[in-house]
Amino acid sequence: MIDRDLVALETPEYVARRARRDASDFREVFDLLDAVRDPELPELSIWDLGVLRDVRKDEVLVVAITPTYSGCPALDVIRQDIVECLRIAGIDKVEIEDQVIPAWSTDLMSQAARTRLRSGGVAPPAPHGAACPVCGSVSVEVISQFGSTACKALYRCLTCREPFDYFKEH
Amino acid sequence: MSLLSAVVGLADDALVLGHRLSEWCGKAPFLEEDLAMANTALDLLGRARLLYGHAEKLGGSNEDEYAFLRDAPDFTNLLIYELPASDFATAYARQLLIDVFDELYFDALQGSQDDTLAGIAAKSYKEAVYHVRHSSAWLLRLGDGTDESHARMQQALEDVWGYHLELFENPSADVSLVANGALPDRAVLKAAWSERVRELVERATLTVPAGNWSVAGGRTGVHTEHLGFLLAEMQHLPRTYPGVNW
Repeated sequence: MIDRDLVALETPEYVARRARRDASDFREVFDLLDAVRDPELPELSIWDLGVLRDVRKDEVLVVAITPTYSGCPALDVIRQDIVECLRIAGIDKVEIEDQVIPAWSTDLMSQAARTRLRSGGVAPPAPHGAACPVCGSVSVEVISQFGSTACKALYRCLTCREPFDYFKEH
Repeated sequence: MSLLSAVVGLADDALVLGHRLSEWCGKAPFLEEDLAMANTALDLLGRARLLYGHAEKLGGSNEDEYAFLRDAPDFTNLLIYELPASDFATAYARQLLIDVFDELYFDALQGSQDDTLAGIAAKSYKEAVYHVRHSSAWLLRLGDGTDESHARMQQALEDVWGYHLELFENPSADVSLVANGALPDRAVLKAAWSERVRELVERATLTVPAGNWSVAGGRTGVHTEHLGFLLAEMQHLPRTYPGVNW
């Protein structure tokens, strides 16, 4: 069952990614890779984040990924996890390709991913800024522009007083 | 060959400044600032790795050889990136001048005829916009703060000011790359940079330094005495234990 309200809210960037995945000859590989999570944000898969860009076959299977932030240390773990995930599924030869073009952006994320972030206690990226993931208030203040990982900033809700992470619009 | 050396120069800038920022980890005034400096350092190290990776594809060495197995005269970073900053004000005076430059430079580099450089620039531009927000907040807080913080931020600006002119020089090897659209013309960015920095400095109740001195030489490998010490620390492990994994 497709949630039509959510579909209407999807960004054009996500719609294009989804169409490419649905038309891919390697849909099963995409499905397998849904099990690879971001080590810092386990509620999100690398597909959800927009880190997983494409799967194709040259001489071996090629998984194309893109870094979120240039120096994100999670990327090394993600590379290992992709190889391990596919090895368990019986695919031994995999090449991981880093694609920097076009640059990663939070526009690549689906609405479902944003909802999952929120239920994990992290305010999802939004053009109008952070809203408290606990009470929904938009009356919030920045504690620090730099949070526990490169992709997050630290906020406090002025309504319910909860401190929370905001996944920065990027 | 000259695109390769230009890419290595940009990578050296990012690596050396990333290392300088990482020296503050654990020493910043409070925990959130520790995270901010470490995060910015990571962005810069990430940028350096993307650029060294590009250099390798252009026929250069690999990233570890570039970072760990070269001596000071082989590094081509500009001098402003290597200056030590034992005072927090100095760290952010330098950071602000560079962040404002980076925002302009990487915005322009997104139009590079070299697709990979354009892609790296798109990432670096977004990160630079965020860095400016943070460094300009510190400029304002220290400049328009106490008498002590005002005086130290003013002194810090005076101390680093003469190093900023090198940011706007196009190395002679880059002239043809600028002409064919692989690299932006650094000189044309100066007017926008000066205007933006003047506005931020004045808002912080500080004075733009008179600017009657300048130092240059980084792109040709002529460095300050400080780079050797930085490299000694950064390269210690792989130099002492060649080929070690950690």
